[in-house]
Amino acid sequence: MSQTLTATSAATVIPPAPEERKGLTKKEIAADHPTWCPGCGDFSVLALYFKLIEKRKLIHEKITTVAGIGCSSRFPYFVQAHGVHFIHGRALPFASGISLSRPDLHVFVFGGDGDAFSIGGNHFTHTARKNVKLTYVVMDNWVYGLTKKQTSPTSPLGFKSKTDLWGSVDYPINPLKQAISAGATFVARTTHTNPNHVLSVMEAAMDHDGFSFVECLSECVEFYEGAFDASNPRKGGVFNEVPKTHDVTDEAAAYKLASEPFPGYFGIFYKNPKPTKNAREDEIVKSYQSKVAGQADWEILQKTFDKMK
Amino acid sequence: MSDITTTGAPSSGGAQKVSQINEVVIRIAGNSQDGIQAIGGFLARLAGRSEQEVMTFMTIPATISGGPSIFQVRIGSGEVLSSGDEADVLLAFYQHSYEGHLTSLKKGGIVLYDSDHVQPKPELQGDFHHVGIPISSLTVEAIGGTAKDKGKNLYALGLIAKMFDLNVAKLEKLFGERFGGKDQSILNNALAAFHAGYSHSLGNILETFKFVDSHKKDGHQVVMNGNEAIGYGLIAAGVRFGAGYPITPWTDIMELLRRELPKYGGKFIQCEDEIASISMAIGGSYGGRVSVTGSSGPGIALKTEALGWAIMAEVPLVVIDVQRGGPSTGMPTNIEQSDLNIAVNGGHGDSPRVVIAPANVEDCFYMAIEAVNIARKYSVPVILLTDQGIATRIEAFVEPDLKKIVQDISPDLTPVAEHKPYDLSAPDGITHHLAPGTKILNGKYPVATGLEHDEMGHPTGSPKLHMQMNAKRRKKLMALGASLPVPKVYGPPEGNVLLVGWGSTEGPIREAVDRARAAGDSVSSLHLRHINPLPNGLENIFSGFNHVLVVEMNDEGLYGFGQLGAILRARYCDPKIRGINKTDGLTWKVKEILERAKSNVSAGLRKL
Repeated sequence: MSQTLTATSAATVIPPAPEERKGLTKKEIAADHPTWCPGCGDFSVLALYFKLIEKRKLIHEKITTVAGIGCSSRFPYFVQAHGVHFIHGRALPFASGISLSRPDLHVFVFGGDGDAFSIGGNHFTHTARKNVKLTYVVMDNWVYGLTKKQTSPTSPLGFKSKTDLWGSVDYPINPLKQAISAGATFVARTTHTNPNHVLSVMEAAMDHDGFSFVECLSECVEFYEGAFDASNPRKGGVFNEVPKTHDVTDEAAAYKLASEPFPGYFGIFYKNPKPTKNAREDEIVKSYQSKVAGQADWEILQKTFDKMK
Repeated sequence: MSDITTTGAPSSGGAQKVSQINEVVIRIAGNSQDGIQAIGGFLARLAGRSEQEVMTFMTIPATISGGPSIFQVRIGSGEVLSSGDEADVLLAFYQHSYEGHLTSLKKGGIVLYDSDHVQPKPELQGDFHHVGIPISSLTVEAIGGTAKDKGKNLYALGLIAKMFDLNVAKLEKLFGERFGGKDQSILNNALAAFHAGYSHSLGNILETFKFVDSHKKDGHQVVMNGNEAIGYGLIAAGVRFGAGYPITPWTDIMELLRRELPKYGGKFIQCEDEIASISMAIGGSYGGRVSVTGSSGPGIALKTEALGWAIMAEVPLVVIDVQRGGPSTGMPTNIEQSDLNIAVNGGHGDSPRVVIAPANVEDCFYMAIEAVNIARKYSVPVILLTDQGIATRIEAFVEPDLKKIVQDISPDLTPVAEHKPYDLSAPDGITHHLAPGTKILNGKYPVATGLEHDEMGHPTGSPKLHMQMNAKRRKKLMALGASLPVPKVYGPPEGNVLLVGWGSTEGPIREAVDRARAAGDSVSSLHLRHINPLPNGLENIFSGFNHVLVVEMNDEGLYGFGQLGAILRARYCDPKIRGINKTDGLTWKVKEILERAKSNVSAGLRKL
């Protein structure tokens, strides 16, 4: 049997770092200077991703950063690690390909609301329902930024964009409800204006064994300034954390909580671990391999060919 | 059916005579649920075990169940190149099978029909040897009334076995392998039906047939169809991850990989759509081991954007395209070679990729391995182009030496000092990605990207870099082209007509050459297995002929050339190159090729 990673690597989360090793510094983990506009919320998400890597002592080669297309999807260029800048909307299936064939890596996917819920909507649903082990952070700004202000699937009704001069007429998607109903096993919401909260949610997402989805509000200062002011105490808004009494394993309660009008709540809405796609596939592999234990690959194939004579 | 000698008592005595034959074409016509594929499969497998050559051809309806279906099998002691233009024996289960397929039967051929369902036409009795047997009711008699329609295929196989003196012991062994599962009664019923047919008096068939000994081949033969050969070829090549979405006729390959890969520690994932499939497969390849996706017809169109990414990012990938009739949903269960253009050019921008096409079932196995190795060596997507005909066609071929062939392509995660994923100084522009998980000691990590990029994979708007990277992606393929062997001409290397083909048509084209040369015509053929890039040196071959006719199962196009024809025209600017094209959804008949070639040549070059 040729050594396959599937067979030999434990599908656990990040291996605990040795005590003596220090986490990577920002200098070591930062790559290109971000191309985002000054004041963009995505800067905070990137900074907190660096902080997460540093705090959890992740090492360069054990993480992979994947993104699709959009302003926020430029993310991998700014991170000093193996990275992928894929096509629009398809980051999740690409990342699933890595996750399912390389259980030794932790796959982080970053993207925007267009990537996740519009062109990539189908993949969002199916990656969630299959519970593929990876962390997906959607930087939701309620607008298409890279193409300069068109209506996004999360733009609220009445939002005036270049494709809806009179104000958006389409009902927006609620990302949390979408994720919960699709079967995601970890659903959380945070906002770029609360760095400590972003970090704690990202950590919890990373530690979740399964598909972990984080909606992170990330303001587009260029095309949707002030979109999230109502959630920012510094702008006179309110930042409501998910009530301590909320049962994160209660799907209906999570759905109800996610239905609250903006600014709604922040924190973990739903967390209900169940076997991952990775684990289930590994089970199949294990059971098949036990039947051919001790045989080289060519011998297994030879047995099949013998039946075709 | 070519008679060699006739032995045995003269027919006047009532005893059956036995004719020695070297090949036979049997067409079985019924409905898709009658198990006619099973009869054909047993015959093909038996031929493989008897060191005979075999080729099959089948049609299946595009409906979910029912509908007319045929299975044609040609078995020969000598070389079998096609599934045969005309049948020697037609086995007809229904009136529509009888009426619809008598035209495919040779004059004087035998039609064996189920007299429970078929009312033979008196006016046809003179042209064909009619043998009516109440197959349905005799099957019920043999195995009991419960399984009215089940088992009649095996009863009919018994009749055929008797007619052609087939090896009963070997057939019984095949039944045992097929039906010998949990329920012994299934095998018993199969054997009962078969033996009832075998012992039925053949009545008015006053002769039976016996194959002459075949030319002995080296080693054992394996028997499989093209889709199976590709699936096992990929496994032998070391592929352990893939993703797909069901679509006919590609689906068999994904089912096989889903079922077989776990034994080897691999996984094949069924995705939500075609785009997710190719994206996931590219993700697997990026993970360090060449992965596979595939599709047919419209599914290929859906994959082209992601394919362009793999070309741009220089990530290896194998894409299987089992062609069917198009455009759009087209003719899902018919054969066509009309995806060559999308395979070679599909996608936006300049996106050079490799396209190769196996010529027969054995070739499917070896070219699947070649596809993986080209993808790895040149860090490029490789499209393996087959078609509905070769996908479902069963052939026997010499068993591969698996111990030698099966390869391990596990990713190498050895740390490196530094790494440039798109190094412009690399010889022939060939660079390779490091799999994630590989430590890079200088701390500079690469990005695999669809944006035009610099040598580290970071985005650039530099026109100079775009030109250099375009050249890099092109040069790799030119290097591959230069390394390809020049294909050999079948027949003399100079003459009047050169038939050029690609993909599954090699057999009928070669048979056309044989037949034409036997009739004294100067015809040779050339078969292309590597289409993008083309091997070098074809112009020297073309210069030896007055006419170069490209035989393809696709439309003649706006300018009179099929898809390969147009590529060859553009590449060689040779006015001798013309096309012989058709889109009737069926494999080439040898006769068709010869007639079309003849009229093409007599029309002369001036026509263009």
